[in-house]
Amino acid sequence: MSGRPQAVVDRPDTTLDELGLTDVPTTRRDLAGRRLRRLVPQRFRRRGTAGLPGLERGARRDRFSARDLVAEAAHGIGARPGRLVLTILGTVLGIGSVVVTVGLAQTAAGQIGAQFDAVSATQVSVAPKTSGGSMGGTTRALTRLPWDAPERVLRLNGVEEAGLVASVAIGDVDITAVPVNDPSAARPTSPQVLATSGHLLEAVRGEVTAGRYFDDGHGERGDRVVVLGERAAEKLGVTRVESQPSIFIGEDSYTVIGIVSGMARRADMLDAVIMPMGTARADFDLARADELQIRIATGAGPLVKQQAPVALDPNAPENFTVKAPPNRSELRQNVQADVNAIFLALGGVALLVGGLGIANVTLLSVMERRGEIGLRRALGATRRDIAGQFVVESVVIGLLGGLIGAAIGVFVVVGVSAAKDWTAILDLRIALGSALLGGVIGLVAGTYPALKAAAIEPITALRGGI
Amino acid sequence: MTVTEAGARPQDGPETEEIVRPVAAHPVVELRDLTRTFPGPVDALRGVNLSVESGDYVSIIGPSGSGKSTLLHILGLLDRPTSGEYLLDGHPTGKASEGDRAALRGGRIGFVFQSFHLLPQRTVLDNVLLATLYSGVPRAEREERARAALDRVHLGHRLSFTPATMSGGERQRVAVARAVVASPKLLLADEPTGNLDTKNSAGIMDLFDELHADGLTLVVITHDAAVSARAGRRVRITDGDLQEVS
Repeated sequence: MSGRPQAVVDRPDTTLDELGLTDVPTTRRDLAGRRLRRLVPQRFRRRGTAGLPGLERGARRDRFSARDLVAEAAHGIGARPGRLVLTILGTVLGIGSVVVTVGLAQTAAGQIGAQFDAVSATQVSVAPKTSGGSMGGTTRALTRLPWDAPERVLRLNGVEEAGLVASVAIGDVDITAVPVNDPSAARPTSPQVLATSGHLLEAVRGEVTAGRYFDDGHGERGDRVVVLGERAAEKLGVTRVESQPSIFIGEDSYTVIGIVSGMARRADMLDAVIMPMGTARADFDLARADELQIRIATGAGPLVKQQAPVALDPNAPENFTVKAPPNRSELRQNVQADVNAIFLALGGVALLVGGLGIANVTLLSVMERRGEIGLRRALGATRRDIAGQFVVESVVIGLLGGLIGAAIGVFVVVGVSAAKDWTAILDLRIALGSALLGGVIGLVAGTYPALKAAAIEPITALRGGI
Repeated sequence: MTVTEAGARPQDGPETEEIVRPVAAHPVVELRDLTRTFPGPVDALRGVNLSVESGDYVSIIGPSGSGKSTLLHILGLLDRPTSGEYLLDGHPTGKASEGDRAALRGGRIGFVFQSFHLLPQRTVLDNVLLATLYSGVPRAEREERARAALDRVHLGHRLSFTPATMSGGERQRVAVARAVVASPKLLLADEPTGNLDTKNSAGIMDLFDELHADGLTLVVITHDAAVSARAGRRVRITDGDLQEVS
């Protein structure tokens, strides 16, 4: 007992009386115990069970709860801001590239759809089926398009314009702008001659650049008039139609009444000399039309495809081939399938790299913070507490990277769309999901380092200091 | 108050639901024939018996390699004995689960290390609060108790400082505040003045005296004669054997 300090330092702010301890302590140790009690206002009230009988632990909510876990993890993350930036960079790039890939693919798909709607989705063509020909024999049409085919299909719902097209066999004669036969000149190639009904131009979305298109009246009268495709007119040297220039097919002259362009669906008309159907029948014994071009309302494709052959020949509708636009959804699915393949490849690689980055840095951080881990263990942290802290840290880092990456990705998609005059299309669920995906990557990447941290023995960890 | 014979002490009574259990129903520390053998084999501790009563101030002295650190690790529940039993505050710990040992560490032992072990990026207050996280101190009391503990080591005016800006003596005082904030039964100090100059050492030893006077049980491991002279009771460890020094 020698050397034990006997003096009890009594501080005025806390007296035994204040604490309700009115009985006088009889022994020094008794006093010491009371003093201890003063220091410990509420010693752990027993709650829950422990492995050791009688071992007291604080209420579960007081012992390193989720709130403490998150707070400690936040301090761990915030301790090294520079490293944090480098750590999340991989995830930011990974998530960002996923969002950009998906966003641009969706935007592009929407863009393809829009173009498709504008040209192809409103165009239907009907032609007679042919037999034979596959083995090199002569082909023969199974049926013929009636001359009044445009009037017949115009009665169908969804049909806006219709016109017949036929190619005209003009025999071994030249088409020239002047009736001069110059034997020394090389024989020029003649443009193709087509015959159409009066409203074909509207049906194929062509436009008149000079003069006018012929109408059904020209055909009925068999007038010798032609309209030139833009390139055919250039080739023949016809630039103006006010003076009613003529061209010669063989030795017969035809008056040029107009020049046309456009016609996205029948680009061959740009190089053609086009005459009325009636004129072709009278002058060149045109026997049949090749094709019926129909312009339809958007979305009417399936209906027109089904009804047009019946309207043309109720007895044998199966003898016609109809080319109608595919349904919107079919188109979109095709585009989406392509997009998904790209997305999986690119995003997968990027996320793998991001995850490895987090795992690497967290592992490094665990090794660096051995002293802290040892200290926490000495202060009563269980292995689970330590592992939890590191897992939460890497999940938060991943989540942070995911959020920043998704935000950057959205900005890139919007920026590119604005620059290209596209409509930005991005599924909001993709953006939010990618941010969460960052957290999942953090969880996966942080598991191994966290287990390493939990396995650290406090003795060895404490030896080195912090 | 002496090194006891194994099994001489009566078994503990049943636990009660009181806030404060009866004082000195059992020793804070009781080692019974405790040995610790490392692969080699090296006998770091050979059949050690030691009893530390509540309110004792014990210093453990000995040369390097004598088993001081091993004894500290065992006492701090950072290592398990090879044989024998260690009762901490009446609880057998040798075969206890890791979770129970962690709970005992957090709730009943306060550590003071030679190199302070303060988190450099956290404030003084945060460093002290760290000890309340794992020991079950009710959340509402944590900050109040941390402030009280820092007041007690006379650092109440430095709550928002980081350890890097403080002197060694101040840092060790923060470490002491952290060790006592969760109201442990036992304060274990491992060379607490090893990194301090004479003046700061004296300050820490004065602080230990104050804590002891308030009833705290202290075990200080040191090779500094001046430090061990402050303790009421001195134990020398030589080649794994413990001897009481009068």
